[in-house]
Amino acid sequence: MMIEPAEMEPGVAVRSVDGVVVPSPVAVVGRSPWRLAFERLRRDRAAMIALGVIIFIVLVAIFAPLVATMTGHGVNQQFRDVPAGLTPDGLPVGPSHTFLLGTDSQGRDLLVRVAYGARISLLVGIVATILTVTVGAVLGLAAGFFGGVVDSIIARIVDVVLSIPYLLFAIALVSISHPSLTIVIIVIAMFGWAAVARVVRGQVLSIREKEYIEASRSLGASSWRIMFIDILPNVAAQIIVYATLLIPVSIVTEAALSFLGVGVPPPTADWGQMIAQSQQFYQQAWWYFVFPSLALLITTVAFNIFGDGVRDCLDSRVDRL
Amino acid sequence: MSGDALVSVDHLVKYFPVQSGSLIRRGREYVHAVDDVSFEVRQGETLGLVGETGCGKSTLARCIARLFDITSGKVIFEGRDISRLSQRRLRPIRRDVQMIFQDPYGSLNPRRRVGSIIGDPYSIHGGIDGKERKRRVQEVMELVGLNPEHYNRFPADFSGGQRQRIGVARALALRPKLIICDEPVSALDVSIQAQIINLLADLQEQLKLTYIFIAHDLSVVRHVSDRVGVMYLGKIVELAPVEDLYVKARHPYATALLSAVPIPDPEVAERRERIVLVGDVPSPIHVPSGCPFHPRCPKAEQVCVDEIPALIPRLGDGPDHVVACHRPMEVGEDLTASHPHISADERIVEPDVVGRPLTAQPEDERSR
Repeated sequence: MMIEPAEMEPGVAVRSVDGVVVPSPVAVVGRSPWRLAFERLRRDRAAMIALGVIIFIVLVAIFAPLVATMTGHGVNQQFRDVPAGLTPDGLPVGPSHTFLLGTDSQGRDLLVRVAYGARISLLVGIVATILTVTVGAVLGLAAGFFGGVVDSIIARIVDVVLSIPYLLFAIALVSISHPSLTIVIIVIAMFGWAAVARVVRGQVLSIREKEYIEASRSLGASSWRIMFIDILPNVAAQIIVYATLLIPVSIVTEAALSFLGVGVPPPTADWGQMIAQSQQFYQQAWWYFVFPSLALLITTVAFNIFGDGVRDCLDSRVDRL
Repeated sequence: MSGDALVSVDHLVKYFPVQSGSLIRRGREYVHAVDDVSFEVRQGETLGLVGETGCGKSTLARCIARLFDITSGKVIFEGRDISRLSQRRLRPIRRDVQMIFQDPYGSLNPRRRVGSIIGDPYSIHGGIDGKERKRRVQEVMELVGLNPEHYNRFPADFSGGQRQRIGVARALALRPKLIICDEPVSALDVSIQAQIINLLADLQEQLKLTYIFIAHDLSVVRHVSDRVGVMYLGKIVELAPVEDLYVKARHPYATALLSAVPIPDPEVAERRERIVLVGDVPSPIHVPSGCPFHPRCPKAEQVCVDEIPALIPRLGDGPDHVVACHRPMEVGEDLTASHPHISADERIVEPDVVGRPLTAQPEDERSR
């Protein structure tokens, strides 16, 4: 007689033999490869510290208005007189009790603006990455799975996309429309998906030759079912790794576009834009240059270290065994 | 044991195109994986298929299961020609024809739980989900000797033998009529092999299954099969009831193949002469003319080069024992004493095979 697993304590299988309940030495629920990977990740100290930093940055972004309230300084508020955000010569003032990170060339509080800048960076980093990875994964999956004409067409498009210089394209695009956050995200996704598609296609090519795919075919499974139920979970690890490492790349790209004036338009607070404006003042106001750069650096380093940790823990060599 | 034909294969041909030559002068050639094969599988029997690696037995299996499109010929399942059906129209037939695969590691998706792997057939065909599906999956797990409580585990949590049981369970889920076993035990330890073979035998009796059993282990095939087909270069060269074949193989290739089966009794083994064939299997792209075995056959004659031998009963055998050979072996004939009646350069073969000594030799003589 068998007891429904739902009635049992987790991890302890119980069998009833002739009315006597005996614990069986085996656990009922196998730990999924995802769970095992997560446990490996938790043991990775560098990745955990990086995750802590990321969480801190996310909190700063979410509570940026709170920073504004606490300091009493609005994000676009220019302090010309009291408290003086500019020196009598019209230069930014340095870090002080009033302005913890100093002010910028317009007499605005740098602390508040760096906090608000985190919003743009994270927003672009995450939205652009999701878009990039979704488009890349779907096209890569289709190319690898269907092969033939579909593969050839997608491969040619990938080649074309990878050979267009994205900065020139972005500058050209902005010159015919207005710079905006949406355009930044579109540009990043448009030039990022091709690399994802290549990675995914390669993986799919090897997975589709596995016997379990043949087994599904012999059961009469449809192509969609094989693609999304049999193949996708097996390439998901690579996609996740690619995505976590794509976030810092997207953040840097966004900063670069804004730096060049084709990204997020002023007066929106943005790190790349701040770094660009600070260039004129680097001899008089080091803080204007240093703090936005530091914010950008810390964010990308944190994401990169975390991404490395994710890659190590999802390494497919380990979960084969 | 014999009954009506469940499946008949009629002049089945499967060629795979291969690219050859440079990018610009590209020629199209074909691997003759299965070349004009006809046979039938009877209700309730086990038909063994043996042959060397690359002789086309797995391709033949996949053609019958319609995992491959067929180049020409017919596969008739329960009186219905399934060789030209589209994937959609094949679906009802897939319920009845299932496969068990060779590699217990490669044939189970490592990212999915055992319950959903075995449950797949139910969601694909019956639209059975949830509790009912789980109940049926656990029932079939019990049937193949797996602990139904392991429903939620992953393939990585099981040993090779248990994994193969999962593969058997998946194949059984829809209660098929025909199961094609593609070397189901060759990746397993010998002790585990016996368990799986016994399981398959029990299931056959219980569920009235018909098997096509592919293997290169001749002792395993002898143990499980009712009839055995010997394949060479995409063709069936001999097909006979199992004891007939093992006692009086007619085809020189079958004779040589069977002489390689290890005999547990060392005294008997000593008296037996092992036949060692000389030369390699010709390329399946450039198949020799006439009998495909003639370049390596110690009994080859001009007729073997000119004419493809028909697969028919010879030397007064019953209708069940068919062989494709112009010069079949008499009972007790010594193949090692034969010498070809034609010289090497008369044989239509690839250049690298011509010129080598082509007689079969007893093993001891060869090692001298």
